[in-house]
Amino acid sequence: MTMVQTTPSAQAAPSEGVLTRISDTLWRRPTLLLLILLTPPALWLGIIYLGSLFALLLQSFFSIDHFTGLINHEFTLATYAELFTPANFDIIRRTVGMAALVTVASAVIAFPIAYYAARYAKGAWRALFYLGIMMPLWSSYLVKVYAWKLILAKEGILTWIFEGLHLTWLLDAYLALPVIGGNSLSVSPTGTFLVFVYVWLPYMVLPIQAALERVPTSMLEASGDLGAKPAQTFRHVLLPLALPGVIAGSIFTFSLTLGDYIIPQIIGTSRLFIGQAVYQHQGIAGNIPLAAAFAVVPIVIMGVYLWTAKRMGAFDAL
Amino acid sequence: MHSDRASLKLKIAAAAGLLFLHLPILLIFVYAFTTEEKSFQWPPPGYTLKWFAATWDRPDVWEAMGLSLKVAAISTLLAMILGTLCAAAVSRTKFFGRESISLLVILPIALPGVVTGIALRSAFSIAEVPFSTWTIVLGHATFCVVIVYNNAVARFRRTSGSLIEASMDLGANLFQTLRYVILPNIATALVVGGMLAFALSFDEVIVTTFTAGQQQTLPIWMLEELVRPRERPVTNVVAMVVVLVTLLPILGAYYLTRGTEAVAGQGK
Repeated sequence: MTMVQTTPSAQAAPSEGVLTRISDTLWRRPTLLLLILLTPPALWLGIIYLGSLFALLLQSFFSIDHFTGLINHEFTLATYAELFTPANFDIIRRTVGMAALVTVASAVIAFPIAYYAARYAKGAWRALFYLGIMMPLWSSYLVKVYAWKLILAKEGILTWIFEGLHLTWLLDAYLALPVIGGNSLSVSPTGTFLVFVYVWLPYMVLPIQAALERVPTSMLEASGDLGAKPAQTFRHVLLPLALPGVIAGSIFTFSLTLGDYIIPQIIGTSRLFIGQAVYQHQGIAGNIPLAAAFAVVPIVIMGVYLWTAKRMGAFDAL
Repeated sequence: MHSDRASLKLKIAAAAGLLFLHLPILLIFVYAFTTEEKSFQWPPPGYTLKWFAATWDRPDVWEAMGLSLKVAAISTLLAMILGTLCAAAVSRTKFFGRESISLLVILPIALPGVVTGIALRSAFSIAEVPFSTWTIVLGHATFCVVIVYNNAVARFRRTSGSLIEASMDLGANLFQTLRYVILPNIATALVVGGMLAFALSFDEVIVTTFTAGQQQTLPIWMLEELVRPRERPVTNVVAMVVVLVTLLPILGAYYLTRGTEAVAGQGK
């Protein structure tokens, strides 16, 4: 900003004199103004948020005395070592695997919606698509989870549809499968997966749509003119250009799945995810150090993920 | 793929995707009227309005609703102040550490909610802060800042700096410029940011479970009902009301940002 020196207005009423003087001082010294603007938010986020994160990190280096249940305030890596016991490592592996599957499925479902919205939707349709993605994104998270509890329940609409199509045997055969099945869909890993995909899907659509909107139509036409079949154009032109959007969306879906503890608690098996482990260890078990160490896991994974995405140039185009 | 019309396959895939996003929410509306009490039976055996009256008479629902509205209102106000200040600083000048400030603002929403939640909780326990409405507000305001910030920053970037200089050259002091030039320019962005922050706070559950103690916001009430159902039809009605309540700010935000570069809701 260029500096323009102003003299205090001669007509200024006497009561405004103080304000004008303050105003002039601030205008002459932009650093002071900047400081005044920045101090409240920086203090809030710096003290409350970073302070809390630091407290969390600190806790993860303490350990719990398994006999007394008291926290031992001595620096140790023992709590982190506990993460690698088979039971705990299983939780981490299950969560990361689920996050990866959810991310891939969201990308596959989101792509056609985003592509249609970016390329073909015009006028009123465009507004409709925009609201059509925004409304589910902002609808209550718990209500969405609840809706799926209704859908997946044994007496719910999905069973009814399968019955109507005389395909109950198919559903039963699927639920009988060892890893992905269960007593009913609402207590199976498949159910957890479906709800995760549903709840995070809009986060994937928006960045892909933003990336696709920047792809010039002429490039797709050129590819076609040069003899590429639609599938080839998609594989070699469209997908590479949309990839930054897909990666940006995957950051959301991956991070959100890693940290969620409500969906697997309401729809799914009794096997834990990272978020549930954090919640249980800090609550019922009172093992705050282990809960803190578990909470550090998604931070580290997301750190590595973001770093890799950055190396691949995912942020350059956004 | 190179024609101007979408192929049938793409149309079907896009339509199916949108239906997948919307049908589950519509289902909630049907269930609010069901006569079935004990299970999630489909199709509903009959339809009734009595659960609306039953919900109306439930003091716990009203209490939770009241707390949610209160928390959302205070958090939104705090977030609007902090977010706007931050956006003004970041967009008008370049300074050392500007990138870190943007990162700091985004961090509470970029990290999983469970991390934010347990971080705040362990800080409260170390500082021996008792749980209250204010501990909930503290958490909510922290992650609502980014919503206001995103909207305000985009608007500040489009507002020409010369407007402010012109106002000052014409003899207005900073406060007059703020009142007559800056605020009218950024007003809609602030309102949109505020509405979205309100919607976000009204709906938040993950961080709240860590910062609420014994108090129940509406999402905590719903979570409790999901885990240990007491009266399912009442939950159905509340779910429908929540959908309608959160819909209003979203439609309002959309209406206000129409025609401008849409920033509403980006990076919720």
